[in-house]
Amino acid sequence: MSNAATETPEIPATGRIPARRPVAGRRPRRRRAVGPWWQRMNFVGGLGASAWLVVVGVPLYFLFVTSFRVSADYLADGPLSPPDNLTVENYTTIMQSDFPRYFINTIVVTLACVAIVLALALPAAYAIVRSRKKSVATVFSIILLGLAVPAQAVIVPLYLLITQAGLYDTLLAIILPTAAFALPLSIVVLTSSLRDVPTELYEAVNLDGAGSTRALFSIVIPLSRAAMATVGIFTAMQAWNGFLFPLVLTQDPSVRVITLGLWDFQGQFGLNVPVIMAAVALALLPLLVVYLVGRRYLLAGLTAGTGK
Amino acid sequence: MSSRTQSSSQAGRPGFVWAAPAIVFFGLFALLPMVAVVYLSFTSYTGIADPVWIGAENWRHLASDPFVGNSLRLSASLTALSWLVQTAITLPLGIYLAGKGRTRSLLAAVFFLPLLMSGAAIALLWSTLFDPNFGLASIVGPLVGVDDGNFIGSPTFAFYCVLLVISWQFIPFHTLLYQGATRAIPISLYEAATIDGAGRFKQFTSITVPQLRDTIITSGVLMIAGSLTYFEIILILTGGGPGTATRILPLHMYITGFKSFDMGYASVLAVLLLTIGTSLSLFITKVTGYRKMASQKEGL
Repeated sequence: MSNAATETPEIPATGRIPARRPVAGRRPRRRRAVGPWWQRMNFVGGLGASAWLVVVGVPLYFLFVTSFRVSADYLADGPLSPPDNLTVENYTTIMQSDFPRYFINTIVVTLACVAIVLALALPAAYAIVRSRKKSVATVFSIILLGLAVPAQAVIVPLYLLITQAGLYDTLLAIILPTAAFALPLSIVVLTSSLRDVPTELYEAVNLDGAGSTRALFSIVIPLSRAAMATVGIFTAMQAWNGFLFPLVLTQDPSVRVITLGLWDFQGQFGLNVPVIMAAVALALLPLLVVYLVGRRYLLAGLTAGTGK
Repeated sequence: MSSRTQSSSQAGRPGFVWAAPAIVFFGLFALLPMVAVVYLSFTSYTGIADPVWIGAENWRHLASDPFVGNSLRLSASLTALSWLVQTAITLPLGIYLAGKGRTRSLLAAVFFLPLLMSGAAIALLWSTLFDPNFGLASIVGPLVGVDDGNFIGSPTFAFYCVLLVISWQFIPFHTLLYQGATRAIPISLYEAATIDGAGRFKQFTSITVPQLRDTIITSGVLMIAGSLTYFEIILILTGGGPGTATRILPLHMYITGFKSFDMGYASVLAVLLLTIGTSLSLFITKVTGYRKMASQKEGL
């Protein structure tokens, strides 16, 4: 997946092909003069991208600025007026609400889901790639069947299952189904990464008399680190942003997660829009940090399973 | 996978037991419910007392449900329109962002920001923007001839508000797919075309688009599969209203099961969703080649 954004700008935005300047340590690239057309400037593209910048930028600007505004000013001056009297009070209000607890709940749910998915998907993917057993191939077919099944389709029986198991209103009620629904794509991603491991490598380990467990630790885990990161991030995003499972399988504020908490704030704070925007901004913050630190991995995790 | 299984060749290879925990876990929380939902569709179940078998009554109710036709139609048009809108925007945008340069990197960084927001967060942000009294809608409304700015409360516009927000949520993701796929097109193809004297437009139609064929399919299938899960955006933005103007199938199922507590009939609606979802899974598996046992790097 080559979706990492350009680290080294090679053609400036004007699109003019620059004269080749020798840079120490950088190998001069061939083919400079005839790059594909889409690498060069095009006016229509720039115009379209600018239009989209407005569609994306205005709501995000609104979110950010409004979260620092005084509620009375917001109501009096309108949504897009230049901000004055900026305040952090909205954030204080949110931090003094139940938000920190929702935050901790969400972190617990997210970490548990990632742990479960990696612990289950990795050995399964290894078996799917290496095993000659028919039963393992069947397992794969069954799991693939779950790829596009929407959670809504099974929420009623899940509700029955969770209440019967006495798990209603616990964090486990959110964790277990969320992890289960992240499994198919996770197994697909790990399977395609393990297929790229040369067969000779497995055979060499087997010749040494080592069993599958050794192979798991000496080959599978070291060689699928990138895929594991992808799966981890994909699962974490599912868990962090999950809505339906917490909505149906929990009720009590003590086990509430951020997504439900946000919805709750809308009722709780009503017209105090700046406070709600502060809550939305705070919910976004951890992912924003991840985005700034490891954009490549985050984007790979998001597009898990779509690369061909 | 080789069908000739020799007993010796399995030696040193992981067996079923390695895949067992995953399949048991997935079976319990995904497969079992998939089967159980079919059973529940033949029961009367309120969520409190145990389900009671009532035969095909729920299924007969399907024919007389005044909302189900509407919700299926809404789901279908939302799926079709969001596919159209999103593809028309993401294909060119992804190609544009595949280019190099500081401006494009910066634009891409901003464009992908909505990816970090949950559906709930996006819905809250937009429901604030759509507020006819204090939101952006109060400014935009009069400019486009809707003086009260009440788009979200209008039976005509609410559907398009939902379409806008859903597109806003998913366009970054598909743009990302197209960006990655465009960068993977072999540059030599363009070089050859340039030598042959093909212009930009010709290169676009005869190289870029054909080379992106797989991505157009993948992205399209994901959009369609994703449209089965549109839920919290609509629940928070409109609750399915005004009236039933935005009550798509998943929402109709939720309202029936968890607001009216008719979980038996909700299971009938869920079986519809399940059927569509499973068919899509099979289709996805086919078009993406997930099952292929060979390394995808082979031949490179």
